[in-house]
Amino acid sequence: MLRVESVSAYYGSMPVLRNVSLHVSPGEIVTLLGANGAGKSTLLKVISGLCPVAKGKLVFNGQNITGLFPEQILRLGVGQVPEGRQIFAPLSVLDNLILGAYVRFLQEDKKNIWRDLENVFELFPILKERAKQRAGTLSGGEQQMLAIGRTLMAKPKLLLLDEPSMGLAPRITNDILRTIKILREKSTTILLVEQNAQAALKIADRGYVLETGRIILEGESHDLLNNKEVQRAYLGKEYREIWE
Amino acid sequence: MIWDKRYECMPREEIEQLQLERLQSTLNRVYRNVAFYRKKFDELKIFPEEIQSLKDLANFPFTTKEDLRHSYPYGMFALPLREVVRIHSSSGVTGKPTVTGYTKNDLHHWSQLTARVLTAGGVTKDDVVQITFRYGLFTGAFGLHQGAELIGASVIPMSTGNTQKQVLIMQDYKTTALVGTPSYALRLAKYMEEAGIDPKSLSLKLGLFGGEPFPETMRQEIEERLFITATDNYGVSEVMGPGVSAECLHKNGLHLYEDHFIAEIIDPQTLQVLPPGATGELVLTTLTKEAFPLIRYRTRDITALDYSPCPCGRTLVRMKKVLGRTDDIVIIKGVKVFPSQVEAILMEMEGVEPHYQLIADRQEGIDTLEVRVEVNEKVFSDEIKNLQNIAAKIERRFREIIGVSAKVKLVAPESLQKGAEKIPKVVDRRPK
Repeated sequence: MLRVESVSAYYGSMPVLRNVSLHVSPGEIVTLLGANGAGKSTLLKVISGLCPVAKGKLVFNGQNITGLFPEQILRLGVGQVPEGRQIFAPLSVLDNLILGAYVRFLQEDKKNIWRDLENVFELFPILKERAKQRAGTLSGGEQQMLAIGRTLMAKPKLLLLDEPSMGLAPRITNDILRTIKILREKSTTILLVEQNAQAALKIADRGYVLETGRIILEGESHDLLNNKEVQRAYLGKEYREIWE
Repeated sequence: MIWDKRYECMPREEIEQLQLERLQSTLNRVYRNVAFYRKKFDELKIFPEEIQSLKDLANFPFTTKEDLRHSYPYGMFALPLREVVRIHSSSGVTGKPTVTGYTKNDLHHWSQLTARVLTAGGVTKDDVVQITFRYGLFTGAFGLHQGAELIGASVIPMSTGNTQKQVLIMQDYKTTALVGTPSYALRLAKYMEEAGIDPKSLSLKLGLFGGEPFPETMRQEIEERLFITATDNYGVSEVMGPGVSAECLHKNGLHLYEDHFIAEIIDPQTLQVLPPGATGELVLTTLTKEAFPLIRYRTRDITALDYSPCPCGRTLVRMKKVLGRTDDIVIIKGVKVFPSQVEAILMEMEGVEPHYQLIADRQEGIDTLEVRVEVNEKVFSDEIKNLQNIAAKIERRFREIIGVSAKVKLVAPESLQKGAEKIPKVVDRRPK
């Protein structure tokens, strides 16, 4: 579905992504792991068109999307849930969700959009309860649900999720991750950036480990959970010197 | 049957994407973790970032068996020893041994790969698999053992030797699949003939052979004498062991597991990468190994790659049966003499063993080739005239098949091959 081929990206003259390749197949949940500053968020922004590609190629469903504008990429079916939610705080929950569908308004029957709104409410019943409330008054977990719901209103085929559990209590994090699994069952493909590596690998099929802009490991979640380097660096397992 | 459809039948475009991803991460890891590669890349001023496509691999340096010996024992491990759960080692017949390590994940992948090998050769969970490779430092037995257990077959870890007991167990335990070297299969056949045991009375139906050259003529002989379906599988102990490539039941080349290895064919003299289909030396790069990754390892095995589709449905590239070792090739008057050709000629002869030695020399500026061939006991005490006939026949076949004239010298049984002792197949006396 998505193919990233040897992509490099810069902030000014500083390389952030160095020759990164990855792929996501239809129906998969793929997770990106890495420390702060490894380039995970940048990679998502490169895919959604918010960050320019210096070198390499992006292919989505067989189409070259390198250098397209973010709204073009969104129209093709790549939706991003940004880091830190970035909801429109002064607007109501309902308005936030409707805004998520703005790329569809002129092209589609409104009925479809209202039907999708109901689907989002079904996924997150709390949003229906608070539909009239200002988004800024929601709790952290509710805001994250709103951010996901807003992106879903654009009907993405591929959903990019940037640290959905950031700042949330463990129980709420689990709720969010469970929702991600439900979304996959409803045939949305997911690329997930997550600080909570253990939780992410539990729901993901495969993962990539980024380190200073380079991918140093790739594999099925089971293999990554078993990998001592991953355990040490991202799963908080103890590092003890025995040999070396 | 196909063990892992998702990877064994992947469209070419997807295989190449996967290879690119895994190659980039492997290079990043070896550059970070293996001093040997970091030094080598730095010297050549070539960096993992420069791999934009699979073609760029050709710019990277080779790894040779010598390099592994210099780093004996653990110098080229990419992880500290505490993460290694298994160690295997080569015999070290021709020098210092080489040591390979496996992490938990490496063993997991290895089992998956040998499960593919066994499934491709016809083994299912209902089979009784008798493994006649030596259990120990050698990778053959453990590698295929793990795969057979993963499939769910019943595994008999017989190890080598004691032919009489092997056959007894084969009869009583109702072995259906034999795993070992092809020459041992012939040994078993010979023993059964001598002991008056009809191979048809056994439950044996499959043979999965590897670990040594296995020419087509030998396959025919094994299949006819043991009444089984024999397939070839290939491995390199430094790279992984068995599980690099294997034949399916169509027996038309060994499917190479490209999601775990990148295969290149090079000219062993110029070291240039050859186009698809050309015959040359196989070079392998590991894509998933954690403990002991290898970049462009020169296997010294001569083969060719075929990318055309196979009726079995696997999309993996097929390598030809190994035609011999680069060290065993001799060029006479510009003609390359492959060990497989010599073996094929000897296999069709009555009265000789497929054990030989080629001696290249130069007399008055002209290349000469002498072929020493072992005769068997029966012929050895025979009339001189008979021996001369055999020698003349071999000489004629050399001219017809290989296109070089050779002088054949018949030698006593067991003078070229005795037990595990290795006598060089080629002696080149020509001034360099």
